[in-house]
Amino acid sequence: MTEVRVAGVGLTRFGSHPERTGRDLFAEAAASAFADADVDPTAVGELNYGNFMGSLAEHQGHQAPLMAEAAGLACPATRYEEACASAGVAVREGVRTVRSGEADVVLAGGMERMTNLDTDGATEGLAIAADDLFEVRAGMTFPGAYALMARAYFERYGGTREDLAHIASKNHENALPNEYAQYRREVSIEEALDSPPVASPLHLYDACPITDGASAIVIVSADYAEEHDLDASVAVTGTGQGADRMALADRDHFARTPAATDAATMAYDDADIGPDDVDVAEVHDCFTIAEVLAIESLGFAEAGEGIRAARDGLTTADGDLPVNLSGGLKAKGHPVGATGGSQIAELTRLLRGDHPNSGRVPDAEVGVAHNAGGTVASAVVHVLEVAE
Amino acid sequence: MSDGASGYGNAGYDEWRNALGDGEGYALVCPDGHGSLPPRRVCPECGSTSLPREPLPAVGTIETATVVHVPPPRFADDAPYVTAIARFGPVRLTGVLRGVDPEDGSGPVGRSVESNVGERETDGGSVVVFRPAEK
Ligand SMILES: [Zn+2]
Repeated sequence: MTEVRVAGVGLTRFGSHPERTGRDLFAEAAASAFADADVDPTAVGELNYGNFMGSLAEHQGHQAPLMAEAAGLACPATRYEEACASAGVAVREGVRTVRSGEADVVLAGGMERMTNLDTDGATEGLAIAADDLFEVRAGMTFPGAYALMARAYFERYGGTREDLAHIASKNHENALPNEYAQYRREVSIEEALDSPPVASPLHLYDACPITDGASAIVIVSADYAEEHDLDASVAVTGTGQGADRMALADRDHFARTPAATDAATMAYDDADIGPDDVDVAEVHDCFTIAEVLAIESLGFAEAGEGIRAARDGLTTADGDLPVNLSGGLKAKGHPVGATGGSQIAELTRLLRGDHPNSGRVPDAEVGVAHNAGGTVASAVVHVLEVAE
Repeated sequence: MSDGASGYGNAGYDEWRNALGDGEGYALVCPDGHGSLPPRRVCPECGSTSLPREPLPAVGTIETATVVHVPPPRFADDAPYVTAIARFGPVRLTGVLRGVDPEDGSGPVGRSVESNVGERETDGGSVVVFRPAEK
């Protein structure tokens, strides 16, 4: 099987860019990735592009050829939509395409434009990731769905809003040096606890913001990197994906995310590693409780113990397993269809040593990215390793 | 009964919701006892194509709930409201819990409820509703 390397990564600054078009955001991320990779766009054999709500936000369907054109590509282009995991599945398909030998170079990533919508529009847009008939019509919002999971977790295992506030505070602190992050300011435990309620037990500072942004990753075969003398020191050694019943009410558990467990098992087996081998992780913390569920599914904490991980210092920047050194979705921002690619970009830089937080994990060799769709009816996990 | 938001019908779902509103709610239950809600052609657990209707029990139990303070547009005048998931025999339903104080700190998990269909305050659209079961 062909070995897969990350040759270059590119991001736009995440934040509020209400007047910037999706095509301009993605073109910027792509150009940045090509510059980082020292690869010419004409070398790309396929574009795998993630986007969730562009049909609503920009009245723009059929986005893949548009984005290929914006990035200067002349190759087959496909849009992947898996809610918040859209770019994660796009990266996964890129990895599979290079492994299969069908292309030596793939551009993968995604884009989301959200702040051009008003709050109602963004709320409605995000809600379509849930079951329209049985959930959205019952008044379930995106925060409401995670609130139902948080309440179930508290009922089953215990936990408090203060435990969750430690996750928010940690991720905001991690974002301070990240020039791509939407919010580069500290949030104290008290400030998080005092923020207004959104859907109990979740408050404003348990939630990720509404964000515009794009991500792009140049994925190449190891042979191509060698032939072209590319500096591609990080390998994608594992990829996995899982699925669950769409509606929360139809799941076995509300306080667990088996789709992510399945994705992690698949990715770990693929890379021939286990959770104990992981040095650093970027996980899908669209809400603070989501980080808890993620690290339990990834095997970093037992069921019921993930709630304490930030508070006890396991997942803080100076802990044994730093989680979301980028700031996570919480502070870095969550341009839905770009997020899975941005996690790969952040992790690659953390492992290469050129991330502003690389100094927190100087010896890291194995990183994991966890990207989830909706209430984790979809999940994608990737393992990245420093190549010999 | 219209949804109040979309101008189209949803065959199977509309019939199910109307039955629930008439006090004749049902689940689809395969021979192995897996419950699901329509429209279905196969059991999502085992693939069985035999999905006869079974009446829902009159009383269910709330398994998780949240007080929604930031509503979607269709629920603007309903907030704060309680969204809950309750088990009724072979299936769980998602609905709005009424007849309780949303700000009641004790929380509704474990409470016995009856299911029905009510109207959203915002636009009169239909919504699955739970109410505390009468003793
Ligand atoms: Zn069955």
